[in-house]
Amino acid sequence: MGQQHDAYFVPAKSYWPFVAAVVMFTTVFGAAHWLNAEPGDAGFGKTVLTVGVIGVLGMFFGWFRSVINESLAGDYNHQVDTSFRMGMMWFIFSEVMFFGAFFGALFYIRMFSVPWLGGHGHGALTHQFLWSDYAASWGMNGGNGPEHVGGTFSTVPAWGLPLLNTLILLTSSVTVTIAHHALRAGHRGKILLFLGLTVLLGATFLYFQAHEYMEAYKELNLTLHSGVYGSTFFLLTGFHGLHVTLGTIMLAVIWLRVLKGHFNKEHHFGFEAVAWYWHFVDVVWLGLFMFVYIL
Amino acid sequence: MSYAATHDQHDDHHGAPKGFFQRWCMSTNHKDIGTLYLIFALTMFFIGGSFAMLIRAELFKPGLQLMQPYFFNQLTTMHALVMIFGAIMPAFVGLGNWMIPLMVGAPDMALPRMNNLSFWILPFAFVLLLSTLFLPGGGPAGGWTMYPPLSLQSDSLAYVVFAVHLMGISSIMGAINIIATILNMRAPGMDLLKMPVFVWSWLITAFLLIAVMPVLAGAVTMLLTDKYFGTNFFNPGGGGDPVLYQHIFWFFGHPEVYIMILPAFGIISEIVPTFARKPIFGYKAMVFAIACIAFLSFIVWAHHMFAVGLPLGAEIFFMYATMLISVPTGVKVFNWVATMWGGSMTFETPMLFAIAFIILFTIGGFSGLMLALVPADFQYHDTYFVVAHFHYVLVTGALFAIIAAAYYWMPKWTGNMYNEFWGKVHFWNSVIWVNVLFFPQHFLGLAGMPRRIPDYNVAFANFNMISSIGGFLFGASQLIFLGVLIHCAFFSKKKATDRVWEGAKGLEWTVPSPAPHHTFEMPPVIHDDELAHGHVND
Repeated sequence: MGQQHDAYFVPAKSYWPFVAAVVMFTTVFGAAHWLNAEPGDAGFGKTVLTVGVIGVLGMFFGWFRSVINESLAGDYNHQVDTSFRMGMMWFIFSEVMFFGAFFGALFYIRMFSVPWLGGHGHGALTHQFLWSDYAASWGMNGGNGPEHVGGTFSTVPAWGLPLLNTLILLTSSVTVTIAHHALRAGHRGKILLFLGLTVLLGATFLYFQAHEYMEAYKELNLTLHSGVYGSTFFLLTGFHGLHVTLGTIMLAVIWLRVLKGHFNKEHHFGFEAVAWYWHFVDVVWLGLFMFVYIL
Repeated sequence: MSYAATHDQHDDHHGAPKGFFQRWCMSTNHKDIGTLYLIFALTMFFIGGSFAMLIRAELFKPGLQLMQPYFFNQLTTMHALVMIFGAIMPAFVGLGNWMIPLMVGAPDMALPRMNNLSFWILPFAFVLLLSTLFLPGGGPAGGWTMYPPLSLQSDSLAYVVFAVHLMGISSIMGAINIIATILNMRAPGMDLLKMPVFVWSWLITAFLLIAVMPVLAGAVTMLLTDKYFGTNFFNPGGGGDPVLYQHIFWFFGHPEVYIMILPAFGIISEIVPTFARKPIFGYKAMVFAIACIAFLSFIVWAHHMFAVGLPLGAEIFFMYATMLISVPTGVKVFNWVATMWGGSMTFETPMLFAIAFIILFTIGGFSGLMLALVPADFQYHDTYFVVAHFHYVLVTGALFAIIAAAYYWMPKWTGNMYNEFWGKVHFWNSVIWVNVLFFPQHFLGLAGMPRRIPDYNVAFANFNMISSIGGFLFGASQLIFLGVLIHCAFFSKKKATDRVWEGAKGLEWTVPSPAPHHTFEMPPVIHDDELAHGHVND
């Protein structure tokens, strides 16, 4: 059989996929149960959720470990590498569409639903009969809707922390690219330096983002409940922040793998996949900076 | 795990592994995983079907007979969710799993472990979904579209949303796998324009899945945060709009409709040439038509929302864009008929189902064209006419194609021929009773009977009773199908040849019947004469 696999490779059986399905189910079952718990009675949902999350983390660790070991053993040929690349590209495309749903919601709300509630165009009657004193506008003067859900709030100014965060992410995209070039040139010290810088920049971004959230909640009264402005603001920046968190963790893992010498000039799909992912969260941020903070 | 231990990790068993857990839960074999998908889909088909039987039993007569309206609403919601996400889609993925590697000369799917994960998520997702029926407060009752604010009133929302997330993850991974397989694993010489139409249809379907399943995930996530975390996406008081949900949902929902029919087009495009003993008419046109339909599916979503109060310009745009779809669909129907024209036809069970598909799906297409007209849709919207329309495209369309595929490929899967007599009995019962079931619903809808109601005006009594009788008998006919499948898999004495069908062409017919556990471990040498579309000129 040995020779045949020069052409085709089919991986060995693995229990990780089945484990993954079990722990994913455990997580969401616990989460659903927790969400539906009576007030004051957390029930077993929280426990099940915790077990599930730990299981998911363990599953990722175990599954990736076995894949890394197979990769180091040289099992993966060029064709497998291409399959991995395609898988990652299409996964990122699916993530783009996920963010697309939230950006689409933002555009619809700003272009249609808020103006209509204020009596423009299509919404004249709703305005007249339900909320005739609502003057449609976005931001702090009406972004929480005609019933001022969540009370008066202020928005986060674009040219403070968000601008800084934009610069941080853009710089991190540059550093990760320098690290990539260094990898292809075979300069391990340079890779470690610039990849490490990227991880630090990612962590700094997250720190500032957390700071911004606290300021929004404590000083600006901008919360998840601040009408649809708060909804779009926190879901868009929150899902982005979640992706930055994942990306930072992935970069840190790759840094450790570089340290252990897992990559060479030709074989470094893991590095590239994470770099693509990082550029993707960067581009999403540019969209956020433009449409959530500036405009 | 040491490096040495991993050194010889190839899946180099010659047969299937012995242990049950090893074989079915740890599989990296596209045939076993395909079988799991198909068995799962069949199970869900009977569960969803039993909901349908209860619905038709309640609607047998006017007045409430069997159940409370709230439970009836749960049944209609669950029937749709189970049939769409549990039966039709997994059945297509199962067929794709089984046949795509065989058709393109690959040893397996591109990412076999992810393939296993894609499958195993599904049973858990459906345990989560179906368990809501037994929870206090019951299952989701706001329709499968989960429109807010109605869906936000149900306690089961979190379970349903997470179940949808799981199904979405499964579908996205399955679709990524199929794309990577088709683009990366084809044997040398299997050019893109020599691939079977079924493979093409799945390539395009997989693209649709990756593009829209995340959008559905986003939409239901907004439902979740609106209900449990105090966001206001769909609350006008907070500046949101419930219609926003409908836009996002149907941006997923319309491509989803084609996700459930494009692989069916592919199946019919395999079966008709085999039994007409002619290559498919206009191969390239068939491929481009699928691509056109997929493209158009992204710009027609609001035709599901004509009665919601859209601006006039939007209504007109979506009306015309929708009617455009009939052009590529017409090309497909024309080419199937042209393929049969002058062919030496025989009428084995798969061909019978394929021909029934062409005729009955076209009826569903025509009623779709009627629904596309904005002024007419104001009358038809949310009536039984819509129910009749989408059951013609989904039952006599998607489901008939899946049944046809099962008869067509069963001999290759099991090595045994199914019983042709009982296959034909199944066909004639299905095709007669499905029309008794759904055709009267057109008239009920035109006369104004609304959908999703447990009780109705006595004026609708006769047609509802006819429809219910058709429903019960159609449901019972599927037990014949189950019997034929079990007989074929375990008891049939009649062995299938490798080619199975006299007119069959393509790589999948060059391997033995039953297909061995591992096929094409070496890339096959491709002779264009063996392929159905080896010499494409048109």
